[in-house]
Amino acid sequence: MVHPILFLQFFRELLAPLHIAPASADAIAYTWLIIVILLLVSVIATKTIKAVPTGMQNFMEVVIGGIENMIVETMGEHGRPFFPLVATLAIFILISNLIGLIPGFFPPTANINTTAACAIVVFVMTHVVGIKEHGAGYIKHFLGPIVWLAPMMFFIEVIGHLSRVISLTLRLFGNMNGHELVLMIFFGLAPFLVPLPMMLMGVLVSFIQAFVFMLLAMIYIQGSLEHAH
Amino acid sequence: MSFFTMCMLAAGFGMAIGAFGTGIGQGLAVKSAVEGVSRNPGASGKILTTMMIGLAMIESLAIYVLVVCLIILFANPYKDIAVKLAETVVAK
Repeated sequence: MVHPILFLQFFRELLAPLHIAPASADAIAYTWLIIVILLLVSVIATKTIKAVPTGMQNFMEVVIGGIENMIVETMGEHGRPFFPLVATLAIFILISNLIGLIPGFFPPTANINTTAACAIVVFVMTHVVGIKEHGAGYIKHFLGPIVWLAPMMFFIEVIGHLSRVISLTLRLFGNMNGHELVLMIFFGLAPFLVPLPMMLMGVLVSFIQAFVFMLLAMIYIQGSLEHAH
Repeated sequence: MSFFTMCMLAAGFGMAIGAFGTGIGQGLAVKSAVEGVSRNPGASGKILTTMMIGLAMIESLAIYVLVVCLIILFANPYKDIAVKLAETVVAK
């Protein structure tokens, strides 16, 4: 189901020579738009940095301070090096989700490719961190507590790790795409005032899903950093 | 019955059963959270945060059901086979 009316719809024809479907071209176009928006916000916030912040710098300090507090709370002090990754994912997913509520805009996270990309980044980071921290002993994470159950535990742990990628992807994609589908159907059936409660729920769901993605990323990386049972 | 009718029935019933289980699960989670807040109103911040995380986890099960139903309806892998079979029947 392709979204009917979008501001950046001309990207569908621009990207068509690369054999990209219209739905993916929408997601790519709006991802670029979000990159530009976030760059602008960063430039405005850091243009003249003051010791007592005002305006956009104040707002961004609140956001970044909040994320940093949550990282130290969940992962402890050795989680600080992962702050850029987690904060980037959280802010990108939050803005992507929220941008879908404006008529004429399409949330890139409603496309499974965007959410799969975010989930695969977290998955690869988990294992890279585990191997860097524990070296070859990282395999002990997969073997479980009892020694002679190790072969069975290995398969169960591998399936569990793979299911993390799938669950991260599908949770974010399903929430955003389901919301978009419901809005499209409501706009087709009863466009006057009826989609409003759905949009209110959309705001709530956007915040919660971004928060849950960030929290799960932190918990997975924390699970790789700590010692095996 | 025709292939596409069965697809619609499967998607509808599947989503309904998925939503049923999720509703009960989330209801139990909210029940415990509200009880916790009523016993200890000072801890309401942490309890609500944990409740939100739990609700998002449980909701993701219903989202998996939704994705399967969407696949059945919109990206059905057997659609081409069904259409070809229907054409052979009509051609007779």
